[in-house]
Amino acid sequence: MITGHLPVIAVMTPLLGAILCVLTRSSILAWGLTLIGAAIPALSSLIILVQVLSRGMLSYHMGGWEPPWGIEFRIDAANAFVLVIVSAVGLCCAFFARKSVDEEIPQSSQPLFYTMLLLCLGGMLGVVATGDAFNLFVFLEISSLSAYVLVAMGAQRERRALTAAFNYLIIGTIGASFYVIGLGLIYMLTGTLNMADIAVRISTLGDNTALRMGFAFIMVGLSLKFAMFPLHFWLPNAYTFAPSVVTAFLAGTATKVALYAGLRVLYTMFSIGFLFQTETMLYVFLPLGLAAVFAASITAIFQDNVKRMLAYSSVAQMGYLLIGISLANIGGLMAAVLHLFNHAILKSGLFLAIGCVVYRTGSCSIAAFRGLGHQMPWTMAALVIGALGMIGMPATVGFTSKWFLVLAAIDSGWWFVALSIVAGSLLTLIYFGRIIEAAYLQPAPENSTITEAPFLLLLPVWLLMITSITFGINSELPVTLARAASQALFLDPHNGLPPQVSP
Amino acid sequence: MDKNFFLANYNYWAVVVLMMSGFYVVLSRNHLIKKIVGLNVFQVSVFLLYISVGKIIGGTAPILTGKPELFSNPLPHVLILTAIVVAISTTAIALSLAVRIHEAFGTLDEAGLIAIEHAIERESVQSQ
Amino acid sequence: MSATLALGLVLLLPGVGAVVIGLLHHFPNIREAMSLLTASLLFITVLYLLNAHLNADPQQLQLAELLPGLPVVLVTEPIGLVFAALSSFLWVVISAYSIGYMRGMQERRQTRFYIFFALAMAGVMGVAFAGNLLTLFLFYEMLSLSTYPLVVHRETEEARRGGRIYLGILLGTSIFFFLPAMVWTWWLAGGLAFTPGGILTGKIEGTAAAVLFGLYLFGVGKAALIPVHRWLPAAMVAPTPVSAFLHAVAVVKAGVFTVLKIGVYIFGVGFLSQTSASEWMMWIAAFSMVMASVIALRKDELKARLAYSTVAQLAYVTLGVSLASPMGALGGALQIVSHAMGKITLFMCAGAIEVAGGKKYVSGLRGLGRKMPYTFTAFLLGSLCIIGLPLTGGVWSKYYLMKGGADAGEPILLAFWILSSLLSIAYLMPVVVRGFFLPSPAENEPQQSLEPETSKAVPETIREAPLWCVIPACLTGILSVVLYFLIPSITGFVAPVLEGGVPQ
Repeated sequence: MITGHLPVIAVMTPLLGAILCVLTRSSILAWGLTLIGAAIPALSSLIILVQVLSRGMLSYHMGGWEPPWGIEFRIDAANAFVLVIVSAVGLCCAFFARKSVDEEIPQSSQPLFYTMLLLCLGGMLGVVATGDAFNLFVFLEISSLSAYVLVAMGAQRERRALTAAFNYLIIGTIGASFYVIGLGLIYMLTGTLNMADIAVRISTLGDNTALRMGFAFIMVGLSLKFAMFPLHFWLPNAYTFAPSVVTAFLAGTATKVALYAGLRVLYTMFSIGFLFQTETMLYVFLPLGLAAVFAASITAIFQDNVKRMLAYSSVAQMGYLLIGISLANIGGLMAAVLHLFNHAILKSGLFLAIGCVVYRTGSCSIAAFRGLGHQMPWTMAALVIGALGMIGMPATVGFTSKWFLVLAAIDSGWWFVALSIVAGSLLTLIYFGRIIEAAYLQPAPENSTITEAPFLLLLPVWLLMITSITFGINSELPVTLARAASQALFLDPHNGLPPQVSP
Repeated sequence: MDKNFFLANYNYWAVVVLMMSGFYVVLSRNHLIKKIVGLNVFQVSVFLLYISVGKIIGGTAPILTGKPELFSNPLPHVLILTAIVVAISTTAIALSLAVRIHEAFGTLDEAGLIAIEHAIERESVQSQ
Repeated sequence: MSATLALGLVLLLPGVGAVVIGLLHHFPNIREAMSLLTASLLFITVLYLLNAHLNADPQQLQLAELLPGLPVVLVTEPIGLVFAALSSFLWVVISAYSIGYMRGMQERRQTRFYIFFALAMAGVMGVAFAGNLLTLFLFYEMLSLSTYPLVVHRETEEARRGGRIYLGILLGTSIFFFLPAMVWTWWLAGGLAFTPGGILTGKIEGTAAAVLFGLYLFGVGKAALIPVHRWLPAAMVAPTPVSAFLHAVAVVKAGVFTVLKIGVYIFGVGFLSQTSASEWMMWIAAFSMVMASVIALRKDELKARLAYSTVAQLAYVTLGVSLASPMGALGGALQIVSHAMGKITLFMCAGAIEVAGGKKYVSGLRGLGRKMPYTFTAFLLGSLCIIGLPLTGGVWSKYYLMKGGADAGEPILLAFWILSSLLSIAYLMPVVVRGFFLPSPAENEPQQSLEPETSKAVPETIREAPLWCVIPACLTGILSVVLYFLIPSITGFVAPVLEGGVPQ
């Protein structure tokens, strides 16, 4: 039965598509393959999500080997939700890629570009789907390696993309190695690599220095990957100089996936009761999350390159996620998962809108935005909607996550945190205000003949923005999903429903 | 701490020394190729950690003969095969990036690269 | 037409109006007719709802579920209906006035102006009919955002700076104070529905209640309590119809209306007086009232003077709510009505003076009254209403407020009120006096006013402003007198929800 194989289909289609892509020389064919390779995972993850919600956790045994010996794809409400987010953003970006890539990547290397895009997507989906800690590392590196290449492909327009990719590579590899070291320590203690199995054995171990070391190495490694402040220095340059569609894709997925991996480690491998972990939340994640919100937002205000501005904004948004997680209660976790979803939609949409601007003007400096409000009304309207979402105006998705974050902070009695969250929104208002003011209130340069972006580019942008408004006005669905996801993570996985096993 | 503590765990000490020297090279060297070398040393230390953990003194290769035998744990070794593949790919990409950087900037020295990038930044600000 | 449908129409009409106005970009005459038509239809709809409510048929309409358990709901209730009727009526007036002003000043981008005007009106209607605090917040923010393009309409550097302050303070206060206060209330009470008698009784007390009340009052930046009043003078860069709209109808009234709703339906007047949570805010409001009047006295630019006068008059409402007595809240509600009528008159006159005479400064108005008698007479009527002299609508609100102050046992407040009223005479009357009684400057006499060189060239001979400008101003001027006779019936309508805390 095909539905039983959906987890592996979702992960393998992009990888297989990548292999086919590399064989073709035609960029249109490669794009078609990319669309298929992104659409099938999107569809399958939707079905998986429905299945998981109705029937509980889904466990797929790779090659029929029983876990903990074989590799297990273990999908509960949390990763089903993240799978949908990643594959949906991937599909939107794949759709956007055609026109944008034509403009930014030389014809001859376009099939290779699509290959990398598919590899990256497949790797990320693998990270999310897998229940095996070492397998997670392999998928993480598949996605990271292709992401380095994708960033470097921006060199056609801006040679600084190369150094940005190099730095990204160095830091990403160090992060991955840290993860492997930590995993090695944990493997020595537990003798298993299956996350659920690790969780069972850790609970019998008690406190132990090697365990702490392993935990620390893993968390630092993943923090590098999800650009936790102050380990974010690779991110602004990589996002700024990458091709537009790559920026949108990475902003919506890469950091999210790494953070998801972090959540798995925190909540599934080490249960919340683990003493060391609660301390980490309170004394490490909370201050760093707050620092990220303020430092990165303030830096964003002073950027003249819009892509870099939004890149810093991404670092700040990761801060919100960390704050939500560090509240160490289910409300905070739920707010964080919800924000992960919202931010993925908004930030990819915004970066795609900027991609439209780059497509027409060839620049993403704030000066290039002058007068665009009248020349590219649809693009700019989408940008405004995205900006309102980021600020957290009601009737956009951004509002719901702010609401639940503040609620969780108040629930914990942390007034200072609640006020910091809303203060961060004000900083967001300032830097988006700069873009919008330039676009609408400053005249276009003389003799400028810029017109609206083509429909093919606008469609995915508006799709994401309409999603933002729809779920902003009726937030029941994402809130329910986020709640189910946080419960799956937070509550003891062994008390949940028995997994439904398929080969 | 007695002597045995050091000797009994000599494999860990080797790993730690390699890891830190690799890490140090990555952070301190300006030349991109040297950074890649450092990164390799760093990764190799991780491989050693896994491999040495799997080895059991007196153990044989894990071939089941039906008799109870002492054998080394094969899983870490297998894992490291995968990790080595990852490391090689990383090195390949890093080196090819280094080639492209040299073509584009004419230097592989990080300080020099930063100086060039700042110059580009200044130009773009002035051109507005 | 069912009344529930009408409730949906109050949002739909301005929204559809905005779209149609946008489509009629190339036909200015039809476009402006549409604008007037939309405004009139909206007013009729609100009257219909008012009538339905009077026939004991309160309506409720759920639009969406913004957050689980927190729907967007529109309901009809007395204070909201009065506010909606007032603002939709004044929208008709201001639409007519805009036509004269925008054409007279040859403003650019008039279509955009009318579109956002209509959208802002949708926001006002949403605020007026909001059935819970979240709905109110949603439309409150929508109002801030949709008025921003109106404030920066002229797209000059000055307008951009004004717009920054405007949006920065309004959104800033609402996000930084209002939102946490709302989440806190939700956390405490498990609901945000507007309930007569409040929802917080027994849930919070002491200092925490006072802090929560303060968060709300400063969070509603539109109520322009000092020190979050800076956006109001900053928004003066906008064209005059916008200023009139901001100061009399939409934004400030939405602000004090929100304060009133929070005081009456979230805290509850009884709860406020028991816990004395609002006592400290009372003094801040009193200070704001006097301070803003003093600043107004020192402003020479007519619109800036009116802006500070607004800050002072808004503090009356906040003060009324903070008194925590039914009389105070009633006074606040009436103050919304009478001040709206008076202030819109003053602003429309200021605009008419600008269109016809090119004058923006009080010192430049000498003798103008004899050339523009209707405008200046309307200005006089509006001033009397603001000051609160008998036979204008303003007297009632002042009366109830003072009575509330006396009831609350705060005789010192009376002194504040008297002082503030005297100050309002001092800053409003000179305009009329200069206009009517001082001689016009001789032809070759050097200009003594601060009128900058850059301001619009003074027409050769100053005559009365265009009819589209003068008639609306005179109409509201007369209405501020008529209001004197209308207010007792409004009192009868609103009072039941305030007195016993029981819906009628």
